[in-house]
Amino acid sequence: MGGGGVSQLLEQIHMLSRRCLFRVLSMGPLPIHLAFIMDGNRRFAKKRGLEDGSGHKAGFSALMTMLQYCYELGVKYVTIYAFSIDNFRRKPEEVQSLMDLMLVKIKSLLDKESIVHQYGIRVYFIGNLGLLNKQVRAAAEEVMKATAENSRVVLLVCVAYNSTDEILQAVKRSCADKDVERERERVRLVDIEENMQMSVAPEPDILIRSSGETRLSNFLLWQTGHCQLFSPDALWPEIGLRHLVWAILNFQRSHSYLEKKKKKKQL
Amino acid sequence: MLSLLSIVLTFLSLVIMPCLFVSWRLLVPLSITNIRRFIKTAASQSNNREESGTTGEKEKGGKMPKHVAIILDGNRRWAEKRGLGPSQGQEAGARTVMENVKDYFSMGINTVSLFAFSTENWGRPGDEVNYIMDMFEKLVKSEMSNLRRYGVKVSVIGKRTNIRESLLDLIREAEEATKNNKEKHLIVALDYSGKFDILQACKSLAEKAKNGLINVEDIDENLMDKELMTSCSEFPNPDLLIRTSGEQRISNFYLWQSAYTELYFPSVLWPDFGGTEYLEALDWYQKRQRRFGRRV
Repeated sequence: MGGGGVSQLLEQIHMLSRRCLFRVLSMGPLPIHLAFIMDGNRRFAKKRGLEDGSGHKAGFSALMTMLQYCYELGVKYVTIYAFSIDNFRRKPEEVQSLMDLMLVKIKSLLDKESIVHQYGIRVYFIGNLGLLNKQVRAAAEEVMKATAENSRVVLLVCVAYNSTDEILQAVKRSCADKDVERERERVRLVDIEENMQMSVAPEPDILIRSSGETRLSNFLLWQTGHCQLFSPDALWPEIGLRHLVWAILNFQRSHSYLEKKKKKKQL
Repeated sequence: MLSLLSIVLTFLSLVIMPCLFVSWRLLVPLSITNIRRFIKTAASQSNNREESGTTGEKEKGGKMPKHVAIILDGNRRWAEKRGLGPSQGQEAGARTVMENVKDYFSMGINTVSLFAFSTENWGRPGDEVNYIMDMFEKLVKSEMSNLRRYGVKVSVIGKRTNIRESLLDLIREAEEATKNNKEKHLIVALDYSGKFDILQACKSLAEKAKNGLINVEDIDENLMDKELMTSCSEFPNPDLLIRTSGEQRISNFYLWQSAYTELYFPSVLWPDFGGTEYLEALDWYQKRQRRFGRRV
């Protein structure tokens, strides 16, 4: 009884100190859009000697915590790289277990107690959804429909996604848009951008990839031309508040320089 | 006494001659640091070869990149630190390129791309831009003979609409003179923008689709690769991208092409990026585990 009270008190203190920290951070410029590559789940499971699927489960709880911090801080858009088209090339058992986990977690987003209702999140599923199995696809579309009215904050989940695939789909759609009969219709930059699935959000300000790898792995190539890249060494389930704070401090350091350049168009 | 001296001299020559031979082959100057690096690289190469023998699916670590791309950042900050003007910083940057360009192709690297001037850089003050263009003209004129001698093929990619005619003529001359060289390819990105590159490729594909040369459904990554400006190279996608001065951004350089590129961000400013720092970058690259989305 006493133990529960103490832990609740500690949680309250933690939340209060976090709020203070975020107040201080918001004195400087804050990113509007954060993107995460959630790398290192399998290495985490191996490190801890756990069975194969539990790395991804730990990764999911780390994701929920990170989303909570982002929305508390005031970040409006969060994009996560959940599953790449390249990941389909993994062993079939692993792909299947990932699909099963995703189905469970996507459905859980519709629960009353989920983070979606807590923060009024609008959820988008970005990617070649036709490559997913019927149940996962149906669940994803259900969540998108159910959250379509939310407007406070946005979560973009990239599943069955490849940036090169996104660009190619946008080109194909632009080709289909243009009337074949019309003579001088040429594809413009704005046509491609409008047809990109990620056009529902502005370009990300910071891209965080956990586990220390510094690669984009075919994620948001078009959108990260001027994005700040941050690669903490922590594996994804180990990611915490300090990494987020450090990323934002780095962002704030170069932000004024970048804004000046953008204004003078000197970038 | 004499026999001792002769033993020492024989030993020294047995050590120094292989070092000289290796340094000549690798086109790397002989120094204690480079000897240490070579031993470290050779050791890590043999280690990685052992490891990839045991797990068949692992990408072969310890291999050299085929294509290295470099964003030459930090010239103006370098000049500021020394109380010099920005043009002197650009000059120092150019000197670094000239002094080191032939060494970039050592160890089996086939293609080197340099991000010399971005489309966004046109927004800089007019006299700085003019100075940079003058500098490019001077560079091409002075380095032509050297590049021909080293057997380097030169390609310049980017929009050509805003570049002055005199520089364009020099560029065309350089490309023509070196077009038959094979082993080494230097790509200079001048007035280049990654987004523009993708856009012009998309436009070209859309045109072809409209004219019935290709089907819209057949548009895929391979067709796109052929339309991008990097299609002039045998290895269009860089394995390693280096951006100096510590800024961790791609700044609209290779976007499509960097899908699986290892990104390296040393804090050294570009004019100070010499052979040693380049070897460090390659060393770092060799330690990477490249999985391309699959299992390790």
